[in-house]
Amino acid sequence: MISIDIDKKLGDFTLSAAFEGDSGVTALFGPSGSGKTSIVSMIAGLTKPDRGRIIIDGETVFDSNAGIDEPAYRRRIGYVFQDGRLFPHLSVARNLDYGRWMTGIERDQAQFKRVTELLDIAPLVKRRPGALSGGERQRVALGRALLMRPRLMLLDEPMASLDAKRKSEILPYFVRLRDETKLPMIYVSHDASEVKALASRVVLLDGGRVLKQGGVELL
Amino acid sequence: MLSLTPEEWTAVALSLRVATVATLISLPFGIAVAWVLARKNFHGKALLNAFIYLPLVLPPVVTGYLLLIAFGRRGIFGEALASVGIVLSFRWTGAVLACAIMSFPLLVGAIRLSIEAVDRKLEDAAATLGANRRWTVFTVTLPLALPGIIAGAVLAFARALGEFGATITFVSNIPGETQTISAAIYTLTQVPGGDAQALKLVGIAVAISLLALILSEWFGRRAGARVHGV
Repeated sequence: MISIDIDKKLGDFTLSAAFEGDSGVTALFGPSGSGKTSIVSMIAGLTKPDRGRIIIDGETVFDSNAGIDEPAYRRRIGYVFQDGRLFPHLSVARNLDYGRWMTGIERDQAQFKRVTELLDIAPLVKRRPGALSGGERQRVALGRALLMRPRLMLLDEPMASLDAKRKSEILPYFVRLRDETKLPMIYVSHDASEVKALASRVVLLDGGRVLKQGGVELL
Repeated sequence: MLSLTPEEWTAVALSLRVATVATLISLPFGIAVAWVLARKNFHGKALLNAFIYLPLVLPPVVTGYLLLIAFGRRGIFGEALASVGIVLSFRWTGAVLACAIMSFPLLVGAIRLSIEAVDRKLEDAAATLGANRRWTVFTVTLPLALPGIIAGAVLAFARALGEFGATITFVSNIPGETQTISAAIYTLTQVPGGDAQALKLVGIAVAISLLALILSEWFGRRAGARVHGV
Protein backbone atom coordinates (compact mmCIF):
# COMPACT_ATOMS: atom_id res chain seq x y z
CA MET A 1 0.00 0.00 0.00
CA ILE A 2 1.20 3.43 -0.92
CA SER A 3 0.03 6.69 0.51
CA ILE A 4 1.23 9.96 -0.92
CA ASP A 5 0.55 13.56 -0.01
CA ILE A 6 3.09 16.00 -1.38
CA ASP A 7 3.55 19.64 -2.36
CA LYS A 8 6.35 20.91 -4.52
CA LYS A 9 6.98 24.18 -6.29
CA LEU A 10 8.92 23.78 -9.52
CA GLY A 11 9.44 27.22 -11.03
CA ASP A 12 5.99 28.50 -12.03
CA PHE A 13 4.47 25.07 -11.66
CA THR A 14 2.94 24.00 -8.36
CA LEU A 15 2.47 20.34 -7.71
CA SER A 16 0.04 19.39 -4.98
CA ALA A 17 -1.02 15.78 -5.02
CA ALA A 18 -2.51 13.31 -2.56
CA PHE A 19 -3.50 9.79 -3.52
CA GLU A 20 -3.38 6.15 -2.49
CA GLY A 21 -2.09 3.17 -4.42
CA ASP A 22 -3.15 -0.44 -3.94
CA SER A 23 -1.16 -3.65 -4.11
CA GLY A 24 -1.72 -3.96 -7.87
CA VAL A 25 -0.93 -1.50 -10.64
CA THR A 26 -1.81 2.12 -9.91
CA ALA A 27 -1.76 4.28 -13.03
CA LEU A 28 -0.86 7.95 -12.89
CA PHE A 29 -2.70 9.20 -15.91
CA GLY A 30 -2.67 12.68 -17.39
CA PRO A 31 -1.36 14.89 -20.18
CA SER A 32 2.34 15.71 -20.37
CA GLY A 33 3.21 18.48 -17.95
CA SER A 34 0.65 17.31 -15.40
CA GLY A 35 3.39 16.39 -12.91
CA LYS A 36 3.44 12.60 -13.29
CA THR A 37 7.21 12.23 -13.61
CA SER A 38 7.85 14.70 -10.77
CA ILE A 39 5.65 12.62 -8.49
CA VAL A 40 7.44 9.33 -9.19
CA SER A 41 10.79 11.09 -8.85
CA MET A 42 9.75 12.21 -5.36
CA ILE A 43 8.54 8.71 -4.45
CA ALA A 44 11.93 7.34 -5.54
CA GLY A 45 13.73 9.97 -3.46
CA LEU A 46 15.44 11.66 -6.40
CA THR A 47 13.55 14.92 -5.87
CA LYS A 48 12.69 16.31 -2.46
CA PRO A 49 9.12 17.52 -1.88
CA ASP A 50 8.71 20.90 -0.17
CA ARG A 51 6.19 19.43 2.19
CA GLY A 52 4.26 16.26 2.80
CA ARG A 53 4.43 12.56 3.47
CA ILE A 54 5.24 9.41 1.49
CA ILE A 55 4.38 6.05 3.04
CA ILE A 56 5.27 2.76 1.38
CA ASP A 57 4.26 -0.58 2.85
CA GLY A 58 3.65 1.05 6.21
CA GLU A 59 7.11 2.65 6.27
CA THR A 60 7.36 6.42 6.12
CA VAL A 61 10.16 7.25 3.68
CA PHE A 62 9.46 10.96 3.67
CA ASP A 63 7.74 13.19 6.22
CA SER A 64 8.57 16.89 6.25
CA ASN A 65 7.00 17.38 9.70
CA ALA A 66 8.93 14.54 11.31
CA GLY A 67 12.11 15.40 9.41
CA ILE A 68 12.25 12.00 7.72
CA ASP A 69 13.89 11.81 4.30
CA GLU A 70 15.19 8.35 3.50
CA PRO A 71 17.83 8.66 0.73
CA ALA A 72 16.97 7.09 -2.64
CA TYR A 73 19.55 4.34 -2.31
CA ARG A 74 17.91 3.03 0.87
CA ARG A 75 14.29 3.14 -0.33
CA ARG A 76 14.35 -0.14 -2.28
CA ILE A 77 12.05 1.20 -4.95
CA GLY A 78 12.58 -0.07 -8.48
CA TYR A 79 12.47 2.64 -11.14
CA VAL A 80 12.18 2.07 -14.87
CA PHE A 81 12.87 5.33 -16.67
CA GLN A 82 11.46 6.49 -19.99
CA ASP A 83 14.93 6.36 -21.50
CA GLY A 84 16.07 3.10 -19.89
CA ARG A 85 19.27 4.54 -18.45
CA LEU A 86 21.27 1.34 -18.72
CA PHE A 87 24.91 1.81 -17.78
CA PRO A 88 26.68 2.01 -21.15
CA HIS A 89 30.02 0.83 -19.80
CA LEU A 90 28.65 -2.41 -18.35
CA SER A 91 27.42 -5.53 -20.13
CA VAL A 92 23.74 -6.45 -19.91
CA ALA A 93 24.63 -9.10 -17.31
CA ARG A 94 26.47 -6.55 -15.13
CA ASN A 95 23.61 -4.08 -15.56
CA LEU A 96 21.15 -6.74 -14.37
CA ASP A 97 23.38 -7.61 -11.44
CA TYR A 98 24.09 -4.00 -10.41
CA GLY A 99 21.30 -3.61 -7.83
CA ARG A 100 22.09 -6.92 -6.19
CA TRP A 101 25.76 -5.93 -6.05
CA MET A 102 25.03 -2.50 -4.52
CA THR A 103 22.48 -3.70 -1.98
CA GLY A 104 24.62 -6.68 -0.96
CA ILE A 105 21.89 -9.28 -1.54
CA GLU A 106 23.15 -12.86 -1.95
CA ARG A 107 23.68 -13.96 -5.54
CA ASP A 108 20.61 -15.98 -6.56
CA GLN A 109 21.01 -17.83 -9.86
CA ALA A 110 17.45 -19.15 -9.77
CA GLN A 111 16.02 -15.65 -9.42
CA PHE A 112 18.32 -14.35 -12.18
CA LYS A 113 17.12 -17.15 -14.46
CA ARG A 114 13.47 -16.54 -13.57
CA VAL A 115 13.67 -12.82 -14.35
CA THR A 116 15.70 -13.15 -17.56
CA GLU A 117 13.26 -15.81 -18.78
CA LEU A 118 10.20 -13.81 -17.78
CA LEU A 119 11.48 -10.91 -19.90
CA ASP A 120 13.10 -13.02 -22.66
CA ILE A 121 16.44 -11.31 -22.16
CA ALA A 122 18.57 -14.36 -21.36
CA PRO A 123 20.16 -14.38 -24.86
CA LEU A 124 21.19 -10.73 -24.46
CA VAL A 125 23.28 -10.96 -21.28
CA LYS A 126 26.66 -10.89 -22.99
CA ARG A 127 25.85 -7.80 -25.08
CA ARG A 128 26.48 -4.13 -24.38
CA PRO A 129 23.49 -1.77 -23.98
CA GLY A 130 24.61 0.07 -27.14
CA ALA A 131 23.88 -3.08 -29.15
CA LEU A 132 20.26 -3.41 -27.98
CA SER A 133 17.05 -2.28 -29.66
CA GLY A 134 14.77 0.15 -27.80
CA GLY A 135 12.41 -2.63 -26.71
CA GLU A 136 15.26 -4.86 -25.53
CA ARG A 137 16.75 -1.99 -23.60
CA GLN A 138 13.51 -1.37 -21.71
CA ARG A 139 13.14 -5.05 -20.88
CA VAL A 140 16.69 -5.11 -19.50
CA ALA A 141 15.94 -1.96 -17.48
CA LEU A 142 12.85 -3.71 -16.09
CA GLY A 143 14.89 -6.81 -15.23
CA ARG A 144 17.57 -4.70 -13.58
CA ALA A 145 15.00 -3.02 -11.33
CA LEU A 146 13.31 -6.35 -10.51
CA LEU A 147 16.54 -8.09 -9.52
CA MET A 148 17.18 -5.49 -6.85
CA ARG A 149 14.10 -7.00 -5.09
CA PRO A 150 12.12 -3.78 -4.79
CA ARG A 151 9.06 -3.45 -2.61
CA LEU A 152 7.47 -1.09 -5.13
CA MET A 153 8.05 -0.58 -8.83
CA LEU A 154 7.87 2.80 -10.55
CA LEU A 155 7.35 2.64 -14.30
CA ASP A 156 7.68 6.07 -15.86
CA GLU A 157 6.21 5.86 -19.37
CA PRO A 158 8.47 2.89 -20.04
CA MET A 159 7.12 2.59 -23.58
CA ALA A 160 7.20 6.27 -24.52
CA SER A 161 10.35 5.97 -26.61
CA LEU A 162 9.04 2.97 -28.57
CA ASP A 163 7.04 2.91 -31.80
CA ALA A 164 3.58 1.29 -31.94
CA LYS A 165 4.93 -2.08 -33.09
CA ARG A 166 7.49 -2.28 -30.30
CA LYS A 167 4.88 -1.19 -27.79
CA SER A 168 2.62 -4.06 -28.71
CA GLU A 169 5.63 -6.36 -28.37
CA ILE A 170 6.53 -5.21 -24.89
CA LEU A 171 3.09 -4.70 -23.31
CA PRO A 172 2.64 -8.45 -22.69
CA TYR A 173 5.78 -8.40 -20.54
CA PHE A 174 4.23 -5.83 -18.23
CA VAL A 175 1.09 -7.93 -17.98
CA ARG A 176 3.24 -10.97 -17.14
CA LEU A 177 5.17 -8.96 -14.60
CA ARG A 178 1.92 -7.87 -12.94
CA ASP A 179 0.52 -11.40 -12.85
CA GLU A 180 3.64 -13.36 -11.91
CA THR A 181 5.20 -11.09 -9.32
CA LYS A 182 2.91 -9.69 -6.71
CA LEU A 183 4.80 -6.43 -6.78
CA PRO A 184 2.84 -3.19 -6.33
CA MET A 185 3.48 -0.85 -9.22
CA ILE A 186 2.96 2.77 -10.14
CA TYR A 187 2.60 3.10 -13.87
CA VAL A 188 2.89 6.54 -15.46
CA SER A 189 1.23 6.99 -18.81
CA HIS A 190 -0.80 9.26 -21.03
CA ASP A 191 -2.03 6.38 -23.14
CA ALA A 192 -5.51 5.19 -22.08
CA SER A 193 -5.26 1.81 -23.82
CA GLU A 194 -2.03 0.96 -21.95
CA VAL A 195 -3.59 1.93 -18.66
CA LYS A 196 -6.76 -0.09 -19.33
CA ALA A 197 -4.65 -3.15 -20.15
CA LEU A 198 -2.56 -2.95 -16.99
CA ALA A 199 -3.97 -0.91 -14.15
CA SER A 200 -6.31 -1.82 -11.34
CA ARG A 201 -6.45 1.71 -10.04
CA VAL A 202 -6.27 5.07 -11.77
CA VAL A 203 -5.21 8.49 -10.51
CA LEU A 204 -6.16 11.26 -12.94
CA LEU A 205 -3.79 14.21 -12.91
CA ASP A 206 -3.86 17.59 -14.53
CA GLY A 207 -1.88 20.77 -13.88
CA GLY A 208 -0.16 19.29 -10.86
CA ARG A 209 -3.40 18.26 -9.14
CA VAL A 210 -5.33 15.04 -8.66
CA LEU A 211 -8.67 15.37 -10.48
CA LYS A 212 -10.04 11.96 -9.54
CA GLN A 213 -8.95 8.57 -8.32
CA GLY A 214 -10.65 5.19 -8.56
CA GLY A 215 -10.98 2.17 -10.83
CA VAL A 216 -10.17 1.95 -14.55
CA GLU A 217 -13.79 2.92 -15.34
CA LEU A 218 -12.64 6.52 -14.79
CA LEU A 219 -11.08 6.45 -18.27
CA MET B 1 70.86 9.54 -32.60
CA LEU B 2 72.15 6.82 -30.31
CA SER B 3 75.50 8.48 -29.72
CA LEU B 4 74.33 10.11 -26.52
CA THR B 5 76.76 10.39 -23.65
CA PRO B 6 75.92 8.52 -20.40
CA GLU B 7 75.06 11.88 -18.81
CA GLU B 8 72.52 12.55 -21.54
CA TRP B 9 70.95 9.11 -21.17
CA THR B 10 70.75 9.81 -17.47
CA ALA B 11 68.90 13.05 -18.23
CA VAL B 12 66.42 11.21 -20.48
CA ALA B 13 65.82 8.48 -17.89
CA LEU B 14 65.45 11.06 -15.13
CA SER B 15 62.92 13.06 -17.15
CA LEU B 16 60.83 9.95 -17.75
CA ARG B 17 61.03 8.98 -14.09
CA VAL B 18 60.14 12.46 -12.84
CA ALA B 19 57.24 12.86 -15.27
CA THR B 20 55.85 9.37 -14.54
CA VAL B 21 56.04 9.71 -10.77
CA ALA B 22 54.62 13.26 -10.88
CA THR B 23 51.67 12.09 -12.99
CA LEU B 24 50.92 9.02 -10.86
CA ILE B 25 51.09 10.96 -7.59
CA SER B 26 48.95 13.86 -8.79
CA LEU B 27 46.31 11.67 -10.48
CA PRO B 28 44.25 10.76 -7.37
CA PHE B 29 44.35 14.38 -6.16
CA GLY B 30 43.49 15.59 -9.66
CA ILE B 31 40.46 13.29 -9.83
CA ALA B 32 39.27 14.35 -6.38
CA VAL B 33 39.64 18.09 -7.10
CA ALA B 34 38.05 17.74 -10.54
CA TRP B 35 35.09 15.89 -9.03
CA VAL B 36 34.62 18.56 -6.37
CA LEU B 37 34.78 21.36 -8.97
CA ALA B 38 32.42 19.51 -11.33
CA ARG B 39 29.81 18.37 -8.84
CA LYS B 40 29.88 20.55 -5.73
CA ASN B 41 28.78 24.10 -5.07
CA PHE B 42 30.31 25.83 -2.10
CA HIS B 43 31.61 29.18 -0.97
CA GLY B 44 35.11 29.77 -2.24
CA LYS B 45 34.75 27.47 -5.25
CA ALA B 46 35.85 30.27 -7.59
CA LEU B 47 38.86 30.86 -5.35
CA LEU B 48 39.83 27.18 -5.33
CA ASN B 49 39.46 27.11 -9.10
CA ALA B 50 41.68 30.17 -9.52
CA PHE B 51 44.26 28.72 -7.12
CA ILE B 52 44.44 25.45 -9.09
CA TYR B 53 44.95 27.32 -12.36
CA LEU B 54 47.53 29.71 -10.90
CA PRO B 55 50.61 27.73 -12.03
CA LEU B 56 49.35 27.95 -15.60
CA VAL B 57 49.45 31.75 -15.63
CA LEU B 58 52.22 32.56 -13.17
CA PRO B 59 55.74 32.80 -14.59
CA PRO B 60 57.25 29.33 -13.88
CA VAL B 61 60.17 30.98 -12.13
CA VAL B 62 57.73 32.48 -9.62
CA THR B 63 56.19 29.08 -8.89
CA GLY B 64 59.68 27.62 -8.52
CA TYR B 65 60.74 30.38 -6.17
CA LEU B 66 57.61 29.96 -4.04
CA LEU B 67 58.35 26.24 -3.84
CA LEU B 68 61.88 27.04 -2.76
CA ILE B 69 60.58 29.30 0.01
CA ALA B 70 58.01 26.74 1.17
CA PHE B 71 59.85 23.46 0.62
CA GLY B 72 63.50 24.50 0.78
CA ARG B 73 65.57 23.12 3.65
CA ARG B 74 64.65 26.12 5.80
CA GLY B 75 61.21 26.51 4.26
CA ILE B 76 57.97 26.38 6.23
CA PHE B 77 57.13 22.85 5.09
CA GLY B 78 60.66 21.91 4.09
CA GLU B 79 61.95 21.90 7.63
CA ALA B 80 59.10 19.74 8.89
CA LEU B 81 59.47 17.31 5.99
CA ALA B 82 63.25 17.15 6.47
CA SER B 83 62.72 16.15 10.10
CA VAL B 84 60.87 13.04 8.90
CA GLY B 85 63.54 12.30 6.31
CA ILE B 86 61.93 13.82 3.21
CA VAL B 87 64.16 16.31 1.48
CA LEU B 88 62.88 17.96 -1.67
CA SER B 89 65.25 20.81 -2.40
CA PHE B 90 67.93 19.97 -4.96
CA ARG B 91 66.67 16.39 -5.20
CA TRP B 92 64.80 14.63 -8.00
CA THR B 93 61.83 14.35 -5.64
CA GLY B 94 61.68 18.15 -5.67
CA ALA B 95 61.55 18.03 -9.47
CA VAL B 96 58.57 15.67 -9.09
CA LEU B 97 56.78 18.20 -6.86
CA ALA B 98 57.50 21.08 -9.25
CA CYS B 99 56.31 19.07 -12.27
CA ALA B 100 53.20 17.83 -10.45
CA ILE B 101 52.20 21.39 -9.52
CA MET B 102 52.91 22.78 -12.97
CA SER B 103 50.89 20.09 -14.75
CA PHE B 104 48.04 19.97 -12.20
CA PRO B 105 45.82 22.56 -13.98
CA LEU B 106 45.90 20.55 -17.22
CA LEU B 107 45.12 17.33 -15.34
CA VAL B 108 42.21 18.85 -13.42
CA GLY B 109 40.85 20.67 -16.47
CA ALA B 110 40.60 17.57 -18.64
CA ILE B 111 39.13 15.37 -15.90
CA ARG B 112 36.66 18.02 -14.81
CA LEU B 113 35.28 18.35 -18.35
CA SER B 114 34.83 14.62 -18.64
CA ILE B 115 33.07 14.36 -15.25
CA GLU B 116 30.76 17.23 -16.19
CA ALA B 117 29.91 15.34 -19.38
CA VAL B 118 28.71 12.25 -17.45
CA ASP B 119 24.91 12.05 -17.62
CA ARG B 120 23.65 12.63 -14.08
CA LYS B 121 20.54 10.66 -14.92
CA LEU B 122 22.73 7.56 -14.84
CA GLU B 123 23.81 8.51 -11.33
CA ASP B 124 20.13 8.81 -10.36
CA ALA B 125 19.53 5.36 -11.82
CA ALA B 126 22.40 3.99 -9.70
CA ALA B 127 20.85 5.54 -6.58
CA THR B 128 17.50 3.83 -7.22
CA LEU B 129 19.42 0.56 -7.51
CA GLY B 130 20.84 0.97 -4.03
CA ALA B 131 24.19 2.65 -4.73
CA ASN B 132 25.16 5.33 -2.23
CA ARG B 133 27.04 8.45 -3.36
CA ARG B 134 30.49 6.95 -3.01
CA TRP B 135 29.68 3.74 -4.85
CA THR B 136 27.98 5.73 -7.58
CA VAL B 137 31.18 7.71 -8.11
CA PHE B 138 33.34 4.60 -8.32
CA THR B 139 31.02 2.40 -10.38
CA VAL B 140 29.37 4.94 -12.68
CA THR B 141 30.88 8.43 -12.73
CA LEU B 142 34.59 7.63 -12.88
CA PRO B 143 34.35 4.69 -15.31
CA LEU B 144 32.33 6.90 -17.66
CA ALA B 145 34.87 9.71 -17.27
CA LEU B 146 37.77 7.36 -18.01
CA PRO B 147 38.60 8.71 -21.50
CA GLY B 148 39.02 12.19 -20.01
CA ILE B 149 41.05 10.86 -17.10
CA ILE B 150 43.45 9.17 -19.52
CA ALA B 151 43.68 12.27 -21.70
CA GLY B 152 44.36 14.43 -18.63
CA ALA B 153 47.04 12.07 -17.35
CA VAL B 154 48.87 12.04 -20.68
CA LEU B 155 48.62 15.79 -21.01
CA ALA B 156 50.03 16.15 -17.49
CA PHE B 157 52.81 13.69 -18.29
CA ALA B 158 53.78 15.61 -21.43
CA ARG B 159 53.69 18.90 -19.52
CA ALA B 160 55.81 17.43 -16.73
CA LEU B 161 58.31 16.15 -19.27
CA GLY B 162 58.78 19.64 -20.67
CA GLU B 163 58.83 21.46 -17.34
CA PHE B 164 61.83 23.74 -17.03
CA GLY B 165 61.37 27.06 -15.26
CA ALA B 166 59.91 25.99 -11.94
CA THR B 167 62.12 22.91 -11.74
CA ILE B 168 65.42 24.67 -12.38
CA THR B 169 64.49 27.44 -9.91
CA PHE B 170 63.49 25.01 -7.17
CA VAL B 171 65.96 22.14 -7.54
CA SER B 172 68.61 23.63 -9.85
CA ASN B 173 70.36 21.73 -12.64
CA ILE B 174 72.41 18.94 -11.10
CA PRO B 175 73.49 16.20 -13.54
CA GLY B 176 72.24 12.82 -12.37
CA GLU B 177 69.92 14.31 -9.71
CA THR B 178 67.80 17.09 -11.14
CA GLN B 179 69.05 17.58 -14.69
CA THR B 180 66.10 16.65 -16.91
CA ILE B 181 66.10 16.73 -20.72
CA SER B 182 65.06 20.38 -20.73
CA ALA B 183 67.79 21.37 -18.31
CA ALA B 184 70.38 19.34 -20.22
CA ILE B 185 69.40 21.06 -23.47
CA TYR B 186 69.65 24.42 -21.76
CA THR B 187 73.12 23.56 -20.46
CA LEU B 188 74.31 22.38 -23.90
CA THR B 189 73.12 25.56 -25.58
CA GLN B 190 75.25 27.53 -23.12
CA VAL B 191 78.52 25.82 -24.08
CA PRO B 192 80.37 26.37 -27.38
CA GLY B 193 79.92 23.43 -29.76
CA GLY B 194 77.04 21.95 -27.79
CA ASP B 195 74.50 22.46 -30.57
CA ALA B 196 74.78 18.99 -32.10
CA GLN B 197 74.25 17.27 -28.75
CA ALA B 198 71.41 19.65 -27.90
CA LEU B 199 69.69 18.80 -31.19
CA LYS B 200 69.81 15.09 -30.39
CA LEU B 201 68.09 15.71 -27.08
CA VAL B 202 65.58 17.94 -28.83
CA GLY B 203 64.83 15.03 -31.19
CA ILE B 204 64.29 12.72 -28.23
CA ALA B 205 62.01 15.23 -26.50
CA VAL B 206 59.92 15.58 -29.67
CA ALA B 207 59.74 11.79 -30.10
CA ILE B 208 58.64 11.13 -26.51
CA SER B 209 56.02 13.89 -26.63
CA LEU B 210 54.63 12.67 -29.95
CA LEU B 211 54.48 9.11 -28.68
CA ALA B 212 52.64 10.26 -25.55
CA LEU B 213 50.07 12.17 -27.62
CA ILE B 214 49.53 9.25 -30.01
CA LEU B 215 49.14 6.82 -27.10
CA SER B 216 46.68 9.17 -25.40
CA GLU B 217 44.62 9.39 -28.58
CA TRP B 218 44.62 5.60 -28.90
CA PHE B 219 43.80 4.88 -25.24
CA GLY B 220 41.20 7.62 -25.26
CA ARG B 221 39.48 6.16 -28.31
CA ARG B 222 39.56 2.65 -26.84
CA ALA B 223 38.20 3.83 -23.52
CA GLY B 224 35.54 5.86 -25.33
CA ALA B 225 34.48 2.79 -27.27
CA ARG B 226 34.32 0.76 -24.06
CA VAL B 227 32.32 3.39 -22.28
CA HIS B 228 29.80 4.26 -24.97
CA GLY B 229 30.21 1.42 -27.37
CA VAL B 230 28.46 -1.76 -28.30
